[in-house]
Amino acid sequence: MLIRCPSDLPYSDVTPKHVYLNRRRFLSRSAAAVGAAAAPFAAFAAAKLNATKTPYSVGGEKITSKDVVTGYNNYYEFGTGKEEPAQNAPKWKVPSPWTVQIGGEVAKPKTIDLDAITKLAPLEERIYRHRCVEAWSIVVPWIGFSLSTLLKQVEPTGKAKFVAFETYYDPKYMITPREAGIPFPYKEGLRLDEAMHPLTLLCMGMYGETLPNQDGAPLRLVIPWKYGFKSIKSISKINFVEKQPPTDWAAYAPGEYGFYSNVNPKRDHPRWSQARERRLGEGFLGQGITKETLMFNGYGDQVAAMYSGMDLIRNY
Amino acid sequence: MPKVLASKWTKVVLFLLSLVPLAYLVQRVFERRLTANPIEYITHFTGDWTIRFLMITLAVTPLRNLLNQPQITRYRRMMGLYAYFYGCLHFLIWSVLDKQLDPHVMYEDILKRWYITVGMAALLGMKPLAVTSTAGWVRRMGYKRWQKLHRIVYGCAALGVIHYYLLVKSDIREPLMYAAILAVLLGYRVVVSMRKKKPAIKRAPVLAK
Repeated sequence: MLIRCPSDLPYSDVTPKHVYLNRRRFLSRSAAAVGAAAAPFAAFAAAKLNATKTPYSVGGEKITSKDVVTGYNNYYEFGTGKEEPAQNAPKWKVPSPWTVQIGGEVAKPKTIDLDAITKLAPLEERIYRHRCVEAWSIVVPWIGFSLSTLLKQVEPTGKAKFVAFETYYDPKYMITPREAGIPFPYKEGLRLDEAMHPLTLLCMGMYGETLPNQDGAPLRLVIPWKYGFKSIKSISKINFVEKQPPTDWAAYAPGEYGFYSNVNPKRDHPRWSQARERRLGEGFLGQGITKETLMFNGYGDQVAAMYSGMDLIRNY
Repeated sequence: MPKVLASKWTKVVLFLLSLVPLAYLVQRVFERRLTANPIEYITHFTGDWTIRFLMITLAVTPLRNLLNQPQITRYRRMMGLYAYFYGCLHFLIWSVLDKQLDPHVMYEDILKRWYITVGMAALLGMKPLAVTSTAGWVRRMGYKRWQKLHRIVYGCAALGVIHYYLLVKSDIREPLMYAAILAVLLGYRVVVSMRKKKPAIKRAPVLAK
């Protein structure tokens, strides 16, 4: 498959570490004024990750500051408010060793732990645009490698047409499905070709470090041409299946969220427009700036071929 | 209790208390603590307080009756006007900051997005109530007609709750809480008016006992 490589983004465009660290100190200090809210910040146990640059990064985009990406999250298991995951997720201790069960229509099902996964391939830093279905967007320097590297390990059989993923669910630290309004454990899925596409990232870090809990530690997907909820967090199970698997949001409101959920400015969400997005953290006061949303989030050159001949308004 | 309620200072205190949410918001603006999505935060914050003040306004009459404190009514207008005030702020944030006053985008949103249509209707419904909230207007219209007009507030509150319910993604706990409060506040009125309508004859045997 031909993958066109956008021009590389110079590293000087990345927000320098001392800048975002200062902002974080400021944030945690103001949080201290409110009360115990500052305590979870101490729970950050990020480790450095060495990663090489890759041609998969987008060029010409300003990277969103880390405190936006770690302070404003949709991770419903840790609360449905945008700031709740940053408060609640750090209290959760990521089980160690972290294991991922891979099975279904494969020749070699296996349970593999995170250390072994990390050693499968050299880590790459990939700067991706990330577009939420709620019409906000960010640009994040993720760390990981193509999901296909892991999937090839288990040798999918000819029957495998889709790949289903499941998030870890720990009721001790996470809210109930009733409270969240969607079923847990959280489920997502991809068509096999989407899962094997080199842009689909198996991600274990960002901003040069391991993932913070609220961003999906220790292992998540990043699928840059789809709405953010497709990029499942804290993966514990991967299952190869023959039929399109049920997914959380599509099951909750099939008229609003589809299985594909490719970023598409022409297909509005029934309750809001998808034509524009708010790029968070930018603008004079950090109020965000409004941008036109691009088809496939700007990754059309790389992924449009997978959907040729498909009606993308009906198959949203 | 009646003394406190009758005092003009209570009114001043309540006036200032009602400004506390706005002061808190302004403080957060200056501290730059508006989350990563400040426009969304301010929009939700002002929306929340619009609904809260609507609920407080609708709680005045039941409270007056249940506590038998007619003085409480003195505060109803102020609470209603604050609901409208926070509602207008909510609309301004949406139109100026979110939609940058782009008439095409705003028009499209109002027509196409149900939750915005409903929210707009709620706010427009509150406008004549705010305008006719003065003593002069009560006199000019006559109390009965004025009261009839101001029943629109029931519809506005209901639309406000529906507006909130329609816009949340899946966690409907808060909109449902407001719906429950509203059901109690409106249910109270239904019960009261049904009791009033009962003919006096029915009460006679009870009195005779």
